[in-house]
Amino acid sequence: MTLDEIRRILNCEVLNGDENLNEEVTSGCGADLMSDVLAFARPGTLLLTGLTNVQAVRTADVADIKAIVFVRGKVPDRETVELAKAKGIPLLATRLTMFEACGRLYAAGLRGENESEAAQDAGGVRLHSTV
Amino acid sequence: MPGASVFTQQFEVRGRDFANAGRASTAVKEILKEIGVPPATVRRAAIAAYEAEMNVVLYARRGTLELQVSPAEIRLHVWDEGDGIPDIELAMQEGYSTASEEIREMGFGAGMGLPNIRKNADEFRIESVVGQGTELDIRIRL
Ligand SMILES: Nc1ncnc2c1ncn2[C@@H]1O[C@H](COP(=O)(O)OP(=O)(O)OP(=O)(O)O)[C@@H](O)[C@H]1O
Ligand SMILES: [Mg+2]
Repeated sequence: MTLDEIRRILNCEVLNGDENLNEEVTSGCGADLMSDVLAFARPGTLLLTGLTNVQAVRTADVADIKAIVFVRGKVPDRETVELAKAKGIPLLATRLTMFEACGRLYAAGLRGENESEAAQDAGGVRLHSTV
Repeated sequence: MPGASVFTQQFEVRGRDFANAGRASTAVKEILKEIGVPPATVRRAAIAAYEAEMNVVLYARRGTLELQVSPAEIRLHVWDEGDGIPDIELAMQEGYSTASEEIREMGFGAGMGLPNIRKNADEFRIESVVGQGTELDIRIRL
Protein backbone atom coordinates (compact mmCIF):
# COMPACT_ATOMS: atom_id res chain seq x y z
CA MET A 1 0.00 0.00 0.00
CA THR A 2 1.45 3.41 -0.91
CA LEU A 3 1.75 6.31 1.50
CA ASP A 4 -0.55 8.30 -0.76
CA GLU A 5 -3.29 5.65 -0.42
CA ILE A 6 -2.81 5.79 3.36
CA ARG A 7 -3.04 9.57 3.28
CA ARG A 8 -6.34 9.31 1.40
CA ILE A 9 -7.85 6.52 3.54
CA LEU A 10 -7.03 8.25 6.84
CA ASN A 11 -7.56 11.77 5.52
CA CYS A 12 -4.05 12.74 6.63
CA GLU A 13 -2.16 15.95 6.69
CA VAL A 14 1.41 15.40 5.42
CA LEU A 15 3.95 16.87 7.87
CA ASN A 16 7.03 15.55 6.10
CA GLY A 17 7.79 13.65 2.92
CA ASP A 18 5.37 15.10 0.36
CA GLU A 19 7.77 13.92 -2.32
CA ASN A 20 7.84 10.32 -1.00
CA LEU A 21 4.11 9.52 -1.10
CA ASN A 22 4.55 6.98 -3.89
CA GLU A 23 6.62 4.76 -1.56
CA GLU A 24 5.13 1.50 -0.31
CA VAL A 25 4.71 0.10 3.19
CA THR A 26 4.54 -3.67 3.55
CA SER A 27 2.77 -3.92 6.92
CA GLY A 28 1.34 -1.88 9.78
CA CYS A 29 2.04 -1.63 13.52
CA GLY A 30 0.13 0.41 16.09
CA ALA A 31 1.76 1.17 19.45
CA ASP A 32 2.38 3.91 21.98
CA LEU A 33 5.26 2.16 23.75
CA MET A 34 8.42 2.30 21.68
CA SER A 35 9.98 -0.93 22.95
CA ASP A 36 6.92 -2.79 21.64
CA VAL A 37 7.69 -1.31 18.25
CA LEU A 38 11.33 -2.35 18.55
CA ALA A 39 10.29 -5.86 19.62
CA PHE A 40 7.71 -6.57 16.93
CA ALA A 41 7.83 -4.22 13.97
CA ARG A 42 9.45 -5.43 10.79
CA PRO A 43 11.59 -3.21 8.55
CA GLY A 44 9.51 -1.30 6.02
CA THR A 45 6.44 -1.19 8.24
CA LEU A 46 4.08 1.75 8.86
CA LEU A 47 3.97 2.92 12.49
CA LEU A 48 0.70 4.32 13.82
CA THR A 49 1.16 6.02 17.17
CA GLY A 50 -0.26 8.56 19.58
CA LEU A 51 3.27 9.40 20.72
CA THR A 52 4.38 12.66 19.11
CA ASN A 53 7.72 13.32 20.79
CA VAL A 54 11.13 13.04 19.17
CA GLN A 55 11.51 9.43 20.40
CA ALA A 56 8.86 8.28 17.92
CA VAL A 57 11.14 9.38 15.09
CA ARG A 58 14.29 8.02 16.77
CA THR A 59 12.53 4.67 17.17
CA ALA A 60 11.45 4.70 13.53
CA ASP A 61 15.01 5.43 12.46
CA VAL A 62 16.51 2.70 14.65
CA ALA A 63 13.98 0.05 13.52
CA ASP A 64 13.93 0.94 9.79
CA ILE A 65 10.26 1.99 10.01
CA LYS A 66 9.11 3.37 6.66
CA ALA A 67 6.75 6.13 7.81
CA ILE A 68 4.77 7.34 10.83
CA VAL A 69 1.07 8.22 11.14
CA PHE A 70 0.23 10.26 14.24
CA VAL A 71 -3.34 9.50 15.38
CA ARG A 72 -5.98 11.42 17.38
CA GLY A 73 -5.12 14.77 15.77
CA LYS A 74 -1.88 15.14 17.73
CA VAL A 75 1.02 16.77 15.92
CA PRO A 76 4.71 16.73 16.84
CA ASP A 77 6.81 19.82 17.59
CA ARG A 78 9.17 21.36 15.02
CA GLU A 79 12.26 19.61 16.33
CA THR A 80 10.62 16.23 15.77
CA VAL A 81 9.64 17.13 12.22
CA GLU A 82 13.18 18.41 11.58
CA LEU A 83 14.68 15.09 12.72
CA ALA A 84 12.29 13.20 10.43
CA LYS A 85 13.40 15.41 7.55
CA ALA A 86 17.04 14.70 8.30
CA LYS A 87 16.37 10.97 8.51
CA GLY A 88 14.07 10.83 5.49
CA ILE A 89 11.06 9.50 7.40
CA PRO A 90 7.65 10.65 6.08
CA LEU A 91 5.22 11.90 8.77
CA LEU A 92 1.44 11.95 8.40
CA ALA A 93 -1.22 13.07 10.88
CA THR A 94 -4.86 11.98 11.10
CA ARG A 95 -7.70 13.06 13.38
CA LEU A 96 -8.88 9.43 13.63
CA THR A 97 -8.33 7.37 16.79
CA MET A 98 -5.82 4.51 16.83
CA PHE A 99 -8.63 1.93 16.60
CA GLU A 100 -10.36 3.66 13.71
CA ALA A 101 -7.12 4.30 11.79
CA CYS A 102 -5.88 0.69 12.15
CA GLY A 103 -9.33 -0.63 11.26
CA ARG A 104 -9.58 1.39 8.07
CA LEU A 105 -6.12 0.34 6.88
CA TYR A 106 -6.84 -3.30 7.68
CA ALA A 107 -10.12 -3.12 5.80
CA ALA A 108 -8.23 -1.65 2.86
CA GLY A 109 -5.88 -4.65 2.83
CA LEU A 110 -2.88 -3.65 4.94
CA ARG A 111 -1.72 -6.43 7.26
CA GLY A 112 0.40 -6.63 10.40
CA GLU A 113 3.07 -8.83 11.89
CA ASN A 114 2.67 -12.57 11.45
CA GLU A 115 0.60 -14.67 13.86
CA SER A 116 3.54 -16.15 15.76
CA GLU A 117 4.88 -12.73 16.61
CA ALA A 118 1.41 -11.45 17.41
CA ALA A 119 0.96 -14.31 19.88
CA GLN A 120 3.89 -12.99 21.89
CA ASP A 121 2.35 -9.55 22.02
CA ALA A 122 3.03 -7.91 25.36
CA GLY A 123 0.93 -4.80 24.80
CA GLY A 124 0.31 -2.25 22.06
CA VAL A 125 -2.33 -2.59 19.38
CA ARG A 126 -1.21 -4.73 16.49
CA LEU A 127 -2.74 -5.68 13.19
CA HIS A 128 -2.81 -9.43 12.81
CA SER A 129 -2.25 -11.27 9.58
CA THR A 130 -3.28 -14.71 8.42
CA VAL A 131 -1.43 -14.55 5.12
CA MET B 1 36.37 -4.06 6.87
CA PRO B 2 40.03 -3.28 6.15
CA GLY B 3 42.71 -5.11 8.16
CA ALA B 4 42.24 -6.28 11.72
CA SER B 5 41.94 -2.81 13.16
CA VAL B 6 39.39 -2.15 15.85
CA PHE B 7 37.22 0.93 15.54
CA THR B 8 36.27 2.48 18.88
CA GLN B 9 34.08 5.42 19.72
CA GLN B 10 32.60 6.55 23.02
CA PHE B 11 29.40 8.49 23.57
CA GLU B 12 28.48 10.20 26.82
CA VAL B 13 24.85 9.75 27.89
CA ARG B 14 23.24 12.01 30.49
CA GLY B 15 20.42 10.87 32.74
CA ARG B 16 17.07 12.67 32.21
CA ASP B 17 18.42 14.43 29.11
CA PHE B 18 15.38 13.64 26.97
CA ALA B 19 16.17 16.17 24.24
CA ASN B 20 19.34 14.25 23.31
CA ALA B 21 18.15 10.74 24.18
CA GLY B 22 18.78 8.41 21.29
CA ARG B 23 21.50 10.47 19.64
CA ALA B 24 24.28 8.03 20.49
CA SER B 25 22.34 5.13 18.97
CA THR B 26 21.53 7.11 15.85
CA ALA B 27 25.27 7.83 15.50
CA VAL B 28 26.09 4.14 16.05
CA LYS B 29 23.69 3.27 13.24
CA GLU B 30 25.26 5.83 10.89
CA ILE B 31 28.77 4.57 11.61
CA LEU B 32 27.90 0.91 11.07
CA LYS B 33 26.07 1.73 7.82
CA GLU B 34 29.07 3.68 6.61
CA ILE B 35 31.50 0.86 7.44
CA GLY B 36 29.39 -1.40 5.24
CA VAL B 37 27.82 -3.68 7.86
CA PRO B 38 24.80 -5.56 6.39
CA PRO B 39 21.48 -3.71 7.03
CA ALA B 40 19.92 -6.46 9.16
CA THR B 41 22.97 -6.47 11.44
CA VAL B 42 23.00 -2.67 11.60
CA ARG B 43 19.37 -2.80 12.68
CA ARG B 44 20.04 -5.33 15.47
CA ALA B 45 22.94 -3.25 16.81
CA ALA B 46 20.95 -0.01 16.58
CA ILE B 47 18.00 -1.49 18.49
CA ALA B 48 20.25 -2.88 21.22
CA ALA B 49 22.14 0.43 21.50
CA TYR B 50 18.93 2.44 21.66
CA GLU B 51 17.37 0.29 24.40
CA ALA B 52 20.58 0.49 26.43
CA GLU B 53 20.91 4.25 25.89
CA MET B 54 17.29 4.90 26.87
CA ASN B 55 17.73 2.90 30.08
CA VAL B 56 20.67 5.11 31.04
CA VAL B 57 18.62 8.24 30.28
CA LEU B 58 15.58 6.97 32.18
CA TYR B 59 17.15 5.23 35.17
CA ALA B 60 20.74 6.39 35.70
CA ARG B 61 22.61 9.64 36.42
CA ARG B 62 25.10 9.35 33.64
CA GLY B 63 26.68 6.71 31.48
CA THR B 64 28.97 5.86 28.60
CA LEU B 65 28.15 3.90 25.47
CA GLU B 66 31.19 2.54 23.71
CA LEU B 67 31.06 1.12 20.20
CA GLN B 68 33.83 -1.24 19.15
CA VAL B 69 33.97 -2.81 15.72
CA SER B 70 36.43 -5.52 14.81
CA PRO B 71 36.36 -7.78 11.75
CA ALA B 72 34.71 -10.45 13.90
CA GLU B 73 32.09 -8.56 15.87
CA ILE B 74 30.33 -5.40 16.97
CA ARG B 75 30.63 -4.75 20.69
CA LEU B 76 28.42 -2.31 22.57
CA HIS B 77 29.79 -1.69 26.03
CA VAL B 78 27.53 0.45 28.19
CA TRP B 79 28.18 1.40 31.78
CA ASP B 80 26.44 3.88 34.02
CA GLU B 81 26.47 5.51 37.43
CA GLY B 82 23.06 5.14 39.01
CA ASP B 83 20.84 3.19 41.37
CA GLY B 84 21.61 -0.16 39.77
CA ILE B 85 19.20 -3.10 39.41
CA PRO B 86 18.35 -5.04 42.59
CA ASP B 87 17.01 -8.16 40.83
CA ILE B 88 18.46 -8.69 37.35
CA GLU B 89 16.51 -11.88 36.68
CA LEU B 90 13.28 -9.99 37.29
CA ALA B 91 14.40 -7.00 35.21
CA MET B 92 15.15 -9.34 32.29
CA GLN B 93 11.55 -10.62 32.19
CA GLU B 94 9.35 -9.36 29.36
CA GLY B 95 6.89 -6.83 30.71
CA TYR B 96 8.70 -6.07 33.98
CA SER B 97 9.17 -2.34 34.43
CA THR B 98 9.49 0.15 37.25
CA ALA B 99 8.78 3.05 34.86
CA SER B 100 6.70 5.91 36.25
CA GLU B 101 3.58 7.25 34.57
CA GLU B 102 5.71 10.13 33.30
CA ILE B 103 8.08 7.70 31.57
CA ARG B 104 5.19 5.77 30.02
CA GLU B 105 3.78 8.98 28.60
CA MET B 106 7.10 9.44 26.84
CA GLY B 107 6.69 6.06 25.15
CA PHE B 108 8.80 3.87 27.44
CA GLY B 109 8.15 1.36 30.20
CA ALA B 110 6.87 -1.66 28.26
CA GLY B 111 9.43 -3.74 30.11
CA MET B 112 10.77 -4.94 26.76
CA GLY B 113 14.10 -3.12 26.60
CA LEU B 114 16.43 -5.63 28.24
CA PRO B 115 14.68 -8.61 26.56
CA ASN B 116 15.01 -6.78 23.22
CA ILE B 117 18.73 -6.35 23.82
CA ARG B 118 19.15 -10.05 24.59
CA LYS B 119 17.12 -11.02 21.52
CA ASN B 120 19.26 -8.90 19.19
CA ALA B 121 22.62 -9.89 20.68
CA ASP B 122 24.68 -12.99 20.01
CA GLU B 123 26.22 -12.59 23.45
CA PHE B 124 24.82 -10.52 26.29
CA ARG B 125 26.12 -9.94 29.79
CA ILE B 126 24.60 -7.64 32.40
CA GLU B 127 26.02 -6.77 35.80
CA SER B 128 24.72 -4.32 38.33
CA VAL B 129 25.65 -3.10 41.78
CA VAL B 130 22.84 -1.45 43.74
CA GLY B 131 23.73 2.12 44.57
CA GLN B 132 26.59 2.17 42.07
CA GLY B 133 25.53 1.36 38.54
CA THR B 134 24.94 -1.07 35.73
CA GLU B 135 27.15 -2.49 33.00
CA LEU B 136 26.07 -4.14 29.76
CA ASP B 137 28.28 -6.07 27.34
CA ILE B 138 26.51 -6.68 24.05
CA ARG B 139 28.15 -8.54 21.17
CA ILE B 140 26.88 -9.08 17.65
CA ARG B 141 28.92 -11.28 15.29
CA LEU B 142 29.86 -10.05 11.84
N1 LIG C 1 20.66 1.17 33.56
C1 LIG C 1 19.73 0.90 34.48
N2 LIG C 1 19.85 1.39 35.76
C2 LIG C 1 18.91 1.12 36.68
N3 LIG C 1 17.82 0.36 36.47
C3 LIG C 1 17.65 -0.14 35.23
C4 LIG C 1 18.58 0.09 34.18
N4 LIG C 1 18.15 -0.56 33.08
C5 LIG C 1 17.00 -1.17 33.43
N5 LIG C 1 16.69 -0.93 34.73
C6 LIG C 1 15.53 -1.49 35.46
O1 LIG C 1 15.08 -2.65 34.80
C7 LIG C 1 13.71 -2.52 34.41
C8 LIG C 1 13.48 -3.23 33.10
O2 LIG C 1 14.22 -2.59 32.06
P1 LIG C 1 13.72 -2.73 30.55
O3 LIG C 1 14.60 -1.89 29.69
O4 LIG C 1 13.62 -4.18 30.20
O5 LIG C 1 12.24 -2.14 30.58
P2 LIG C 1 11.78 -0.61 30.77
O6 LIG C 1 12.93 0.30 30.53
O7 LIG C 1 11.07 -0.50 32.06
O8 LIG C 1 10.72 -0.45 29.58
P3 LIG C 1 11.07 -0.38 28.00
O9 LIG C 1 12.52 -0.68 27.84
O10 LIG C 1 10.20 -1.41 27.37
O11 LIG C 1 10.73 1.01 27.60
C9 LIG C 1 13.46 -1.03 34.36
O12 LIG C 1 12.10 -0.70 34.55
C10 LIG C 1 14.35 -0.53 35.52
O13 LIG C 1 13.71 -0.74 36.76
MG1 LIG D 1 14.16 0.08 28.85
